[in-house]
Amino acid sequence: MTMGETIGGAGMGRPGDDGRFGDFGGRFMPEALVPACLELEAAFGQAWGDAGFRAELDALLRDYAGRPSPLTEARNLSERLGVRVLLKRDELNHTGSHKINNVLGQALLTRRMGKRRLVAETGAGQHGVATATAAALFGFDCIVYMGEVDVERQALNVFRMNLLGAEVRPVASGSRTLKDAINEALRDWVSSVETTHYCLGSVMGPHPYPWMVRELQRVIGDEARAQTAALLDGGIPDVVVACVGGGSNAAGIFAGFVDTDARLVGVQPEGGAAIGRGLPGVVHGSKSLLLQDEHGQVKEAHSVSAGLDYPGVGPEHAHLAVAGRAEYPTVADGAVLEAFQLLSRTEGIIPALEPAHALAWVMREAGRGIPSGSTVLVNLCGRGDKDAVEVMRLLKGDPGAGAGG
Amino acid sequence: MTGRLEAELRRRRSEGAKLLVPYVTGGLSPDWTDVVQAVVAAGADAVEVGIPFSDPVMDGPTIQEASIRALARGTTPESILAELSRIDVGVPLVAMTYYNLAFRMGDLRFARSLAAAGVAGAILPDLPLEESGPWEAEAAAAGVETVLLAAPVTPDGRLAEIAGRSRGFVYGVSRMGVTGERASVAASAGVMAKRLKAVTDKPVLIGFGVSTPQQAVEVCAEADGVVVASALLRALLDGGGPEAAGDFVAGLREALDAG
Repeated sequence: MTMGETIGGAGMGRPGDDGRFGDFGGRFMPEALVPACLELEAAFGQAWGDAGFRAELDALLRDYAGRPSPLTEARNLSERLGVRVLLKRDELNHTGSHKINNVLGQALLTRRMGKRRLVAETGAGQHGVATATAAALFGFDCIVYMGEVDVERQALNVFRMNLLGAEVRPVASGSRTLKDAINEALRDWVSSVETTHYCLGSVMGPHPYPWMVRELQRVIGDEARAQTAALLDGGIPDVVVACVGGGSNAAGIFAGFVDTDARLVGVQPEGGAAIGRGLPGVVHGSKSLLLQDEHGQVKEAHSVSAGLDYPGVGPEHAHLAVAGRAEYPTVADGAVLEAFQLLSRTEGIIPALEPAHALAWVMREAGRGIPSGSTVLVNLCGRGDKDAVEVMRLLKGDPGAGAGG
Repeated sequence: MTGRLEAELRRRRSEGAKLLVPYVTGGLSPDWTDVVQAVVAAGADAVEVGIPFSDPVMDGPTIQEASIRALARGTTPESILAELSRIDVGVPLVAMTYYNLAFRMGDLRFARSLAAAGVAGAILPDLPLEESGPWEAEAAAAGVETVLLAAPVTPDGRLAEIAGRSRGFVYGVSRMGVTGERASVAASAGVMAKRLKAVTDKPVLIGFGVSTPQQAVEVCAEADGVVVASALLRALLDGGGPEAAGDFVAGLREALDAG
């Protein structure tokens, strides 16, 4: 078993039995869903220690999802920024993002628990597409909840989910984005829990999800650790950077480097900076940092990227921030659009808007907060096809506008 | 120690009454405290007052709509408690909300605010046994009874622990799902009530989907009483005021008294 090295510390081990990472996490769920969380915790604990399960998941990740994803040295961008940029290419996975890593693991667990229906929430649509894909592969029914605002700005992913045989249910309540999609998925789950698994897409929600999803994503960090060691003569990068909404891709890559001296940086959207602008709070099953008003009503997040449009953050990230092991700066939407275009033109890689946040931070800090000559590993967790139409609209059809040359 | 909520419900039960607890969303309309008074006048044994939360994951469309409407009026936990402290309804009040509102204010301060406003009990459905201990202690210290919920999937051992720790009454969830009106009462409602009655002599109330007088009577064949929420709120959302609410609750009271 690879888990269990630390309990409650900042070492990204197994959380305590109460699902806590320091002060954060837990299982703040209605009683009706507690038995399902306990069942899932037991099922995942057993499966993760079962060599047969691990071998089956590894085979799926290799033969179906296309792992390992390559590590690419971004030479043109590096020259331009004066820091050595390495890209972990998780956007090359089947379905176009890191989300498939988590979903294939949860699909195997679903079958193991004897369930045949998946519900999922999605923001940008990447987790919804990944879940719909796994459902098609395993022969499960699949319902994806998606905020109306996101249905509109990610129309292509809605069509993909439909092609894959999933039903997409637009959510008209609240801010009509990711947080409301989670509310509706939970409402479905409480009504259907005996036949249904909630395939949560990030390192959030009640215990065991934050731990389980991080473990299912740590393949990113484990691969990158070996790949950077090979490239850097056994060395490690100076900085490891990923975007953070709920924070699953960041948790996955951080897990591979948390025991090194590498600086861990999770980049948040300016309009959704739960770490920094949020206060401790409880929503969607865990205690974490949360954008909320003085009474505790949850505020709406605002980001150009639907995948990061969430007012909370995974509890382990809150813990890593408070413990001082990782830092969580923010970038503005405009800088994200610039980064989106810069990587496209310098490296021939169109990133998703989510990892464009990580790139925007590197662009801003290269030679400043990141000393020149540093080696920076960026988790390129999704590809930009899904965002092309939205970015075209935002740039009014004029690539280069506002891109700073 | 038995608190005011449990004592009052036990007293009514010993008189042979079936217990009727309507739910009203605090701050839903300018005259919402008149609604509370009207349902008490119509025969409520206690009133559950919802403190609206932005993300009510256990609630169906009706209570969601009521919550949004109340929040849009500028309703806050403080405004609801201030208004409650100005009325004396003569039956116990129970606050129902989600934990983040208590957590933000601080457990003890929130519990003391409830007590100061004359609220006898609290229901926080996103605090299961594993998480509710610290809150229960602070609430008890402030003199507030914490009502715990049991669900149809709750195993026997857990069910007994929930019944043992619950104060005021034990809230049995009638079926797996969110709050909301239903055309019929699920068979699981009777099973839930029977299982709880087998492990506790505290009042056992069943809620979620109890919408009509006939359904209330059906549920009370096993249970000590019912919580009725969405059906009452539907009447209020559709433009009904205190009078309509009173009429609706009077209909339930009459049916329960007739058995």
